[in-house]
Amino acid sequence: MSLLEVNNLSAFYGDFQALFNIDFTMEEGETLAVIGANGAGKSTFLKTITGLVDTEVDDLNYNGVSIGGLSAADIVGLGIAMVPEGRRLFPSLNVEENLLMGGYKGRQGHWTLDRIYELFPALVERRTVPGTALSGGEQQMTAIGRALMANPDLLLFDELSLGLAPIIIKNIYETLPKIKSEGVSVLLVEQDINQALSVSDRVYCFQEGRVSLNGLPNTLSREQISAAYFGS
Amino acid sequence: MFAAGLAIIFGVMRLVNITHGDLIVLAAFVAMVAIEITGVNPFVSLIIVLPFMFVFGYVLQRVVLNFTLGDDLLPPLLVTFGISIILQNLLLELFSADSQRLKAGPVETLSIKVMEGLEIGVLPLVIFVVAILMIAIIQQLFNRTRLGRAFRATSDDPVTAQLMGINHNHIFALAMAMALVLVGIAGVFLGIRTNFDPSIGPSRLLFAFEAVIIGGLGSIWGTLAGGIILGVAQNIGAKIDPGWQILAGHIAFLIVLVVRPNGLFPKTRDD
Repeated sequence: MSLLEVNNLSAFYGDFQALFNIDFTMEEGETLAVIGANGAGKSTFLKTITGLVDTEVDDLNYNGVSIGGLSAADIVGLGIAMVPEGRRLFPSLNVEENLLMGGYKGRQGHWTLDRIYELFPALVERRTVPGTALSGGEQQMTAIGRALMANPDLLLFDELSLGLAPIIIKNIYETLPKIKSEGVSVLLVEQDINQALSVSDRVYCFQEGRVSLNGLPNTLSREQISAAYFGS
Repeated sequence: MFAAGLAIIFGVMRLVNITHGDLIVLAAFVAMVAIEITGVNPFVSLIIVLPFMFVFGYVLQRVVLNFTLGDDLLPPLLVTFGISIILQNLLLELFSADSQRLKAGPVETLSIKVMEGLEIGVLPLVIFVVAILMIAIIQQLFNRTRLGRAFRATSDDPVTAQLMGINHNHIFALAMAMALVLVGIAGVFLGIRTNFDPSIGPSRLLFAFEAVIIGGLGSIWGTLAGGIILGVAQNIGAKIDPGWQILAGHIAFLIVLVVRPNGLFPKTRDD
């Protein structure tokens, strides 16, 4: 049984169709990357999984259970958490309160406040600072920590490296193996193709709302990826 | 205290609640009915009024007002205006236009002598203390509890809050229910202190809005300060000439608006 199975998924914003008949599978423990140009539907795809964009009931299966049509609030309780694009910390909450919000559902597991501070020691002395007063990198760490506090089995990253300095991106990507070693499967949406290819077991490329390529990073040629990315 | 309810509603939901004035009158009438049926003291009637207002607020928000919330301020404004008219006429139909009051007994006129020439009424003092207490409790609730964090997070960013597992409809309904508990307390005190009839809601609403804006939108302690400033201004005005009472309050409000357009303790962000 796959961790996540997406069957023939289409998604709409009003009359505009953003995703066309997406088929997608993900196994437990896998790290998957979804790449694609702006507007290819990558973020929309994540939003359908987390329940922020409406789907048909049969479109999404998670651990064999249909999660299509469930509310975002219910889905996070089943163990799917997302680090949203642009971090989206709560500005009127401090770092620790932001982290605590992640654990709102009270799902039990490995991750606790102490474990998050262990993973990101830089946050310890910033714990009482408002989320918006942090540097970009610290904000991203807080956002990741917040998502981990939900104790997810599946963690989604939307544009992890967007707007961050290369050194920070490197630091944050170095924490991925630690996160995975706790049994978390990771689905990355990333514009930085090299970064995405280097950490993922398998890669999907989206183009104009459709899957244009799907394969193992080391078997795909630059030409194939470029064709799938930009269209030919 | 009444204005604090308004501040919570705006602070959490960005909802301008025109019905607020009529809800305080509703609370007073509920207290009146409760007293008539059970014969208890108005203070005891709170046991009935508060749960009623809590449930009423939750249902009102969940069934009606949640559907009006969005990027646009206008729909909730119109809908609450409509509810306000419905409530006023419903109360008029049920209780007629006669002035009513809640009789609390000797407490109404008791006073404490602080020093020669200065006496403080027991009732206003009780009201003041209760107001501070309630605001302190709410502030603690907002700052320290899981529910308070959920309120603030939902107010910041309802979409991301959903990703945390928050059902924002439920949170908004709870906020409204809490606000109406405050309104319930305020309604009973209003009934004890002055006469009320179904039509006084809107003028009460005006004072509440002024208190909220003087204090700064979204700040609960600021609202208390706003209420005090408004009350003191009205009393000074009344000393000069009884006709000046209401006007002096409005003038104080205008002065604050000119000097500090965001209110004294603004909490709203400029985004």
